Amino acid sequence: MDSFSLLMQGLVTAMQPMILLYALIGVTLGTAVGVLPGIGPALTVALLLPVTYGLDPAGSLIMFAGIYYGGMYGGSTTSILLNTPGESASIVTAIEGNRMAKAGRGGPALATAAIGSFVAGLIATLLLAFLAPQVVKLALTLGPREYFALMVLAFVTVSATFGDSALRGLTSLFIGLALACVGIDGLTGAARLTYGVPQLMDGIETTTLAVALFAIGEALAVAAMLQPPDGMHKIKGSVRMTATDWSRSWKAWLRGTFIGFPIGSMPAGGADVASFLSYAAERKLTKHPEEFGTGAIEGVAGPEAANNAAAAGTLVPLLTLGLPTTATAAIMLAGFQQFGLQPGPLLFVMNAELVWGLIAALLIANVMLVILNLPLIGLWIKLLSIPRPWLYGGILLFATLGTIGVNPSPVELGMLILFGVMGYGMRLYGYPVAPVVVGLILGPMAEQQLRRALAIAQGDWTTLVATPVSATLLGISAVFLVVPMLMRLRGRGQVLSQVAGDPD
Amino acid sequence: MRQGSSPERRPRGAAFVIAAGLAGLAVMLLVDAAGLRQDGGYAGVGPADVPRIVAYGLLVLAGLTVLAGVRGDLPRPPRQAPAPVLWILGGLGLQLVLLHVVGFVLSGALLFGMTARAFGQRPLWKNVAVGLVLALVIYGIFDRLLRLNLPGGPLEMLIFRG
Repeated sequence: MDSFSLLMQGLVTAMQPMILLYALIGVTLGTAVGVLPGIGPALTVALLLPVTYGLDPAGSLIMFAGIYYGGMYGGSTTSILLNTPGESASIVTAIEGNRMAKAGRGGPALATAAIGSFVAGLIATLLLAFLAPQVVKLALTLGPREYFALMVLAFVTVSATFGDSALRGLTSLFIGLALACVGIDGLTGAARLTYGVPQLMDGIETTTLAVALFAIGEALAVAAMLQPPDGMHKIKGSVRMTATDWSRSWKAWLRGTFIGFPIGSMPAGGADVASFLSYAAERKLTKHPEEFGTGAIEGVAGPEAANNAAAAGTLVPLLTLGLPTTATAAIMLAGFQQFGLQPGPLLFVMNAELVWGLIAALLIANVMLVILNLPLIGLWIKLLSIPRPWLYGGILLFATLGTIGVNPSPVELGMLILFGVMGYGMRLYGYPVAPVVVGLILGPMAEQQLRRALAIAQGDWTTLVATPVSATLLGISAVFLVVPMLMRLRGRGQVLSQVAGDPD
Repeated sequence: MRQGSSPERRPRGAAFVIAAGLAGLAVMLLVDAAGLRQDGGYAGVGPADVPRIVAYGLLVLAGLTVLAGVRGDLPRPPRQAPAPVLWILGGLGLQLVLLHVVGFVLSGALLFGMTARAFGQRPLWKNVAVGLVLALVIYGIFDRLLRLNLPGGPLEMLIFRG
């Protein structure tokens, strides 16, 4: 059956009232967390994992994906109005968007961000639908060594390629890999690093680690800051875009989409990288170079389209290969596993209805999001008037709720505090947090593939580079590791540090 | 991407602490790996090998961190206010100790109140009162409606089961 008819069947699944409700909850929550500072999509999905344990798998996964999409929409609002990005992929939007808001053009900036996100989300989700079956066909030919090589590539790009220091990125990754060793070994049943504590047998809970690093670490860091944050710009005038705004925006939207989608779908960094590259492209191609730095609409339209397209793109490796390339995708993978589903080529065969329902639901979610974000923008801005003490008090209460819900033991809460302090320390000294989470989730999978590959080859390590595919992938990983290091050594590292892969 | 790091080139004590922590983690992995039965099977790679590889990686990174510290190559964090951090950690610690004694609602209310206090909201008792209402609502929704198993105490007994 071809993609089109599968997608149509998916739409039938997705039109069920309950599924629509899950999608609506997802996009609403996603927009809210995108708008609120201090919580991003990765944290929200982590918090919801324990809550959805008893719910419908398809509905829950659609809700998670809705949160991811919604976070990308909502993040632009705070970037433009407050100059404090709600999530990392909107950092670039703040550059031009906040200038536009200062000049009283906040309305059109919000509009071009929302419509750009819609256009990009629509095109990218359709691309996902048509690309995924092809990747699945390819994925079926891959063996353990190729999977291992793919995971190495993901490790490198998540930790070492972007950001301002390969050393700190790799350190974060290895902390995650070390934490991943805790628990029962999947292949032999040996208990590693459990020290006789029964709670450690199952390994370190993804929820606990992610919530501690993202919520508690962030709350500590924000609370300890001495300088007060910026004030908010009111939207003056109309939200409507003028004819010139439209004609300047639409090309930027399309360019952003076609920059964002491939970057998201390759294991090469997430939405933040895409939005930065799109900004750079718009800046080069613009007919109004004098406006850049003072509020150019292309500088908002392009990156916002790019980060939504990249979010859709990350679903390609996640669904077809089981390979997460961002923290949010990593936690969504934990969500699939919670329901006993393993993303990868087999998912498209065994759970075809679920996968296509999910993809189709994203198309619908996208329509919901543009409605939520354009006419109802005023409602979201009101969220920003929640005083910070109440906001962070609530975040911490929910953070501990997630952990207590999984396992109400002092050991679990102790780990939450320990990792929270670690997250605070990492923020202080510029260590990225996302590689720890990706290391924890991807680490055991990479270990299994490595040991399977070696078992097939009877312990011969050269098997890892014995096929062209695995050798090429490992070669690319080496390039992604070494080239950025050389760039930093020669003092050209600023470009990379601006693309720093932060939380989401 | 926090701002405020100044590129001062002088040895940084923090780097040595971080390096020591990484090396400590590596030692933990190695000691534990030494105690595992190596059962490699056909692969020749058993449960102890990957932890060993990770440990060696951590040792190399610890060495490089020391080097970076000597060269002053670590972002210098902006000045931190210690009091809010202690308020939040205190709230979390109290919740850890009290959770099974007084239940989710009361310990959660304390956590909420102390966090709000960390962000400058006073008086504390008012914060805790707001937290109490919020925690009751959360308990009602998640424990009663969504069947998440939250530890109850005397207060939960009184309100929801009485």
